Amino acid sequence: MGRKLLIEHVHVPGIETLEVYRSKGGYTSVEKAIKTMSPEAVVEEVKKSGLRGRGGAGFPTGLKWSFLAKPPGVARYLVCNADESEPGTFKDRYLMEKIPHALIEGMITSSYALGAHTSYIYIRGEYFYVARILEQAIDEAYAAGWLGKNILGSGYDLDLYVHIGAGAYICGEETALLESLEGKRGNPRIKPPFPAIAGLYGCPTVVNNVETIAAVVPIVNEGGCEYAKIGIGKSTGTKLISAGGHLNKPGVYEIEMSISVEEFIYSDEYCGGISGGKKLKACVPGGSSVPILPADLLLTTANGEKRMMTYESLSDGGFATGSMMGSGGFIAYNETACIVRNTWNFSRFYHHESCGQCSPCREGTGWMEKILHRLENGHGKMEDIDLLWDIQRKIEGNTICPLGDAAAWPVAAAIRHFREEFEYHVKYPEKIKDPNHFHKQSFLSSKQSVTI
Amino acid sequence: MSIKETKFNSETLALCHKLMKRYPEGKHKSALIPILHIAQAEFDGWLSSETMDYVASILKIQSIEVFEVASFYSMFNLKPIGKCMLEVCRTAPCWLNGADELVAYLEKKLGIKVGETTKDGMFTIKTVECLGSCGTSPMLQCGAKYYENLTNQKTDELLENLKRENKRQTYTAY
Ligand SMILES: Cc1cc2nc3c(=O)[nH]c(=O)nc-3n(C[C@H](O)[C@H](O)[C@H](O)COP(=O)(O)O)c2cc1C
Ligand code: FES
Repeated sequence: MGRKLLIEHVHVPGIETLEVYRSKGGYTSVEKAIKTMSPEAVVEEVKKSGLRGRGGAGFPTGLKWSFLAKPPGVARYLVCNADESEPGTFKDRYLMEKIPHALIEGMITSSYALGAHTSYIYIRGEYFYVARILEQAIDEAYAAGWLGKNILGSGYDLDLYVHIGAGAYICGEETALLESLEGKRGNPRIKPPFPAIAGLYGCPTVVNNVETIAAVVPIVNEGGCEYAKIGIGKSTGTKLISAGGHLNKPGVYEIEMSISVEEFIYSDEYCGGISGGKKLKACVPGGSSVPILPADLLLTTANGEKRMMTYESLSDGGFATGSMMGSGGFIAYNETACIVRNTWNFSRFYHHESCGQCSPCREGTGWMEKILHRLENGHGKMEDIDLLWDIQRKIEGNTICPLGDAAAWPVAAAIRHFREEFEYHVKYPEKIKDPNHFHKQSFLSSKQSVTI
Repeated sequence: MSIKETKFNSETLALCHKLMKRYPEGKHKSALIPILHIAQAEFDGWLSSETMDYVASILKIQSIEVFEVASFYSMFNLKPIGKCMLEVCRTAPCWLNGADELVAYLEKKLGIKVGETTKDGMFTIKTVECLGSCGTSPMLQCGAKYYENLTNQKTDELLENLKRENKRQTYTAY
């Protein structure tokens, strides 16, 4: 059994209440930080821990914190990104719903480290009931003196608020999130300036994912060096993975970043294998934005090494033969899943979610959706496959925020690894008329090599 | 439709002012989205131009600033909807586990297509993107509640219960 630092107590009855949470050692990181450490010392521990952002990009958290500008007399903000809208990702919801105080404790300790006196949790609108759980937990924390004025008699003040969004994937992008928090449309800002210099209301701001902030608790409690002992190389600590799709046991798992992908999928401790007695065909290991991999490349890297559930191993081989850890939204596909339909589904998502500021993304995602729709419905031409390739290349890197890249990558990877399946759709339009075409006729990609 | 005046009662208005205080002096526009949610829940589940004007007056901002925001976010309805909006997730992980079948089942059962409302004004079917419930798919949201791991039978029960309750399913966090 791997160590659990975040959700060890998830099944303890009443863990959502302050009393039970406290009885399991809750809020000790706040006591330790505020009573015995300087803010700089907390940042130092986070640096030592090697913690990397759990929202998708994997940027080192300690380093990000050290970039925060500290002009005298100007407010600083910590904003928690609880927008969680990347398809396949539901780990933050699980954590907040089951152990709300884990996030609140992390917010207090992190706010102290950053010198923030007002902090916000920006949560996606659809998670209303989770927001209510958080609001209750925050009320409890205020009543017990963990929030508010003069916390633990230290002179440190902190107000923490939940802010609700209203349904927009783009608001997960940190500058769009800040716009939204200011009561505007979620249009990403041009960077620089980065939020660390000019963020919320133009003030220095750190934006961190829910899981990142929750991980600060065990880091402060046990020390950064202890935390860094878990995992391999630059992938330190534990990671929450939300697993879905064709799996026997979908759900949220906390893993040490030292297990193999194979173990994660097939062992009974985790996903328990592919559902319905079918074979694994493909997998999107880190949320819809990261490249899809065929089963063989998922389990073994191009050099024949076992692929591990770490940032480095999942991206080994670059986009040619690798993928990314991303947000930890792990989607498994069995042999009956149609890759073209999946790609169309994702393209429709990105088209729907594009904020419309940049033409390559606004127009390109729509074109890709249209072309994929016609391929999937048996009206495609061979040239369409190259056209798709062309469009995705012209979106990537040409937009203000990475939503454009996120829309391009899944299309590129699907063509790269499953080109013959796209060609099949053009060659045999009558066979794919039924939307469940591959449910009836399994279509395992026989080709192992990279085609583009 | 509604003969209710577009105005919050004093309690709700106090809540709005409390929410505005969560943001620094002069930055109370931040409370726009939370207040729009309250307004939508209060006034029949959608935002009419009167409602948006009213919200603008509370925040002392221009109506266009409200419309700009209301039209950007998918949870704000700019047209009337049924009492129960069944929001079915259609994104890939749900699709793999039967979201298309769930939509087809609802359409057949209610005799309407996606985007339509039943004649009695009870149900609207809407398809939405990933709701962060991919491990328990297929699923739908109605009001603040998630209904997960749906089967035909569970869907039947849900519809029956909603009909019996016969009230508008809304959500607010407060
Ligand atoms: C289109 C888009 C959507 C994103 N959605 C999320 C999200 O839902 N949650 C999240 O934590 N980060 C999301 N991110 C990443 C954030 O921009 C940001 O990198 C992250 O919140 C930083 O926190 P971290 O360093 O703790 O990961 C998204 C980025 C993009 C480009
Ligand atoms: S794909 Fe439906 S909830 Fe995530």
